[in-house]
Amino acid sequence: MKNDIVKSEKKSNITGSSLLIRILVVVGIYALVSALMLTGNMSRSWESLSIRICFNVILALSLNLVVGFLGELSLGHAGFYAVGAYAGSMFAVYTDFPMFVRIIGAVLVGALSAGIAGFLISSSILKLKGDYLAIVTLAFGEIIRSFVKILPGTGGTAGLSGIPAFPSRYVGFTFAYAFVILTLIILKCFINSRHGRAVTAIRDNVISAEMLGININRYKVTVFVIASVLAGVAGVIFSFFKTMIEPNDFSYNLSIEILVMVVIGGMGNLTGSIIAAGVIVVVPELLRALEDYRMLMYAIVLIAVMLINESPKKAQFIERYSPKVLLKKLLRKGEKKSESA
Amino acid sequence: MQVFISTLIDGLNQGSVYALIALGYSMVYGIAKMLNFAHGDVIMVGAYALFVSITQLELPIPVTFLLCVIISATLGFVVEKLAYKPLRKATPIAVLITAIGVSYLLQNIALLVFGSRRKMFTPFLKLGSLKVGGISIPMISFVIIGTMLVIMIGLQLFIKKTKTGIAMLAVSEDKAAAQLMGININRTISITFIIGSALAGIAAILYSAKYMTVDPYTGSLFGIKAFAAAVFGGIGSIPGAMIGGILIGVFEAMTTGYLPGNLTQASDGFAFAILIIMLILKPTGIFGTKRIEKV
Amino acid sequence: MNLLEIKNLGISFGGLRAVDDFNLTIREGQLYGLIGPNGAGKTTVFNLLTGVYRPTTGKIFLKGQNITGKSSIEINKAGIARTFQNIRLFKNMTVLENVKVGLHNRENYGVISSLLKLPGYRAAERRIEERAMELLQVFSLEEDAHHLASNLPYGKQRKLEIARALASAPTLLLLDEPAAGMNPQETAELMEMIRFVQKKFDVTILLIEHDMKLVLGICEEITVLNFGCLLAQGETASVLKDPRVIKAYLGD
Repeated sequence: MKNDIVKSEKKSNITGSSLLIRILVVVGIYALVSALMLTGNMSRSWESLSIRICFNVILALSLNLVVGFLGELSLGHAGFYAVGAYAGSMFAVYTDFPMFVRIIGAVLVGALSAGIAGFLISSSILKLKGDYLAIVTLAFGEIIRSFVKILPGTGGTAGLSGIPAFPSRYVGFTFAYAFVILTLIILKCFINSRHGRAVTAIRDNVISAEMLGININRYKVTVFVIASVLAGVAGVIFSFFKTMIEPNDFSYNLSIEILVMVVIGGMGNLTGSIIAAGVIVVVPELLRALEDYRMLMYAIVLIAVMLINESPKKAQFIERYSPKVLLKKLLRKGEKKSESA
Repeated sequence: MQVFISTLIDGLNQGSVYALIALGYSMVYGIAKMLNFAHGDVIMVGAYALFVSITQLELPIPVTFLLCVIISATLGFVVEKLAYKPLRKATPIAVLITAIGVSYLLQNIALLVFGSRRKMFTPFLKLGSLKVGGISIPMISFVIIGTMLVIMIGLQLFIKKTKTGIAMLAVSEDKAAAQLMGININRTISITFIIGSALAGIAAILYSAKYMTVDPYTGSLFGIKAFAAAVFGGIGSIPGAMIGGILIGVFEAMTTGYLPGNLTQASDGFAFAILIIMLILKPTGIFGTKRIEKV
Repeated sequence: MNLLEIKNLGISFGGLRAVDDFNLTIREGQLYGLIGPNGAGKTTVFNLLTGVYRPTTGKIFLKGQNITGKSSIEINKAGIARTFQNIRLFKNMTVLENVKVGLHNRENYGVISSLLKLPGYRAAERRIEERAMELLQVFSLEEDAHHLASNLPYGKQRKLEIARALASAPTLLLLDEPAAGMNPQETAELMEMIRFVQKKFDVTILLIEHDMKLVLGICEEITVLNFGCLLAQGETASVLKDPRVIKAYLGD
């Protein structure tokens, strides 16, 4: 936690140059991936990996809003993802518009449906928090999956097929990447506003927040709606990528996988979520032999991160060796040198 | 009528097992103030222990039972010491994530060791059945319900009459005050985990005797339903866990027995629905009391 | 004019009558003390005033407006803010952010406005930043603005809690044992600060305190609670001389 000091110091004086660096990183990554794709220098599996990273990043970022900023554990994130995926792809499968309209329409329908689901579920669990809230979200996630199996038009347990694919992987990546950036902008703006501060205040001390006139219920619902809308969009991208979806794509295991991304990246750390989502998608692909051990690793990671976070030695270690602190020391040395020179 | 009675007995059976598991959740939640997500998976490990000792080691049946209970209790004890104890002062969310991690860990170890395929027990309790007015009731049903009742009464006496039991009550009321009275909190929490997990071991025996199968996921769904039962009866209440368990068991047996075919696919959904409705409408359950938050 | 009027206030937890038939009137601009032995129900009165608990009996009026049984949020909006006996800061937020949370309802831009970064949002955020820094300066916390609240030393945490409460622009400020854990020198500074704050922010203050020196030094009037009941009420020096009060503190 101690390294947060450094972080917030930076946050309070966002300068033009750091904004420029961010834009350069965003454009640079896109330019690099597109160049590789368009020149045919990227293997097919890496092409699809780059799209998969995108929708997983959106999932991790949106769950981080709930877990890291609101401080509540949602174990039903896969449920909102499912609502978005099914609503969006049913729109695309059962309508006859031109491709472009179908994709945009699917995103809108998916986002809206997931948002409504998020609104209904969060409004019904206002009184709950902690363990009870977590288990109820788990239950809702599973109920959504059960419903998908018996509702008409979803294809039942066999799955929904015939979802139009992206015209090309490059288009798919561009589309998904755009939504990653949009997600990031939305979350950053929200978190740095009075609303974001209210949400973090609720996480840190509910009673104090209430005494300062913060409407806890309103923010709980707002956070869940934003998170579920984003998860819904990720679901739509996923279904266009996979072109065939089934209830088992949205199991409790997926909710845990997203949670692992958030936990590895650091609760409340958006950049961390992005990197962790990338790692969780890419590493199993590189280490196919370890596929059987994937879930086992997740379990160990969850336990280890929590235990290390609580360990008193961690704070000392970070104080001395975190990359940010090291960088600062280096800069200071540089300054001194230039001063003396 | 015959169908109804045998469905009801089925439900009572299932409910008795839920009740035993619910007790474990309830005690741990009451005393350590945490939802032990891995509790259901302790049953799974217990069932595998039973499976190995019966089919592979071919030990005498009473020894296998004892082994199953001891292994479950030890597992509960070890998990608490290694994973939960260092987090006594951590946020509830950190504890919960760790518990989910432990649950996942146990499941995946079982998956690696035993594979995902369901293991079948050879029948190890041959008790026959009792014929009452044209209905044949397997004797095992009586054993299950009887065991559950005996444990409930025993546990109630243990908590009310013994020093350790009273210490548990004190810790669940007010940890700080209990500590000032000289109660060893860590020891009390350890004992709670041992008892809760031993009950899970007994539940594993009863479950295996009736259904004769085990797979790595046996515990997880089972655990959630039992947790629903614990909440239903009121967390921290022994009779509550019993009544909650039986109600959920009977309800489940009735819905799977009487609902039209395509809806049974969603039968697990019903247990979840009960859990949600219960937590939203009456999170304190039937026998639970409301806590006053200190500011 | 009367700012706060409490009439026959009472609450029971189960069978226990924690506060019974409590009456109190505070005039605008007063610095009022609430004292009593441990467990007398002082903090419970604060919790009743701020909507943490719902009273079983009685009524509470703020500026003539009935606020009995209202939620904490409504009560804060009506003009009451408080600090806590066991400090309750937003530990993982910076000192500046803590005060900004206090300013939450002073600006009213919506969620959409923040997502689109509309001009109204930018102007409001600038005002929030300025006001928060001003408040920090009053409590000489501006140097610590970007440190995590949990890293502040104890005395500064108490100050920050007061600054945060003042940020919500209360007319009545409730301080729950502000001098707890402070040494005599810090307590003396705190007394000065409370007086200063009352004038500067034009706020009425009701405080719970065990340090009699502080109470005698700054409170014009006090009320003594004992076992949830009103024991004595009136001008500070004379109430402290009341034999019943001395008996309650020293025992028989």
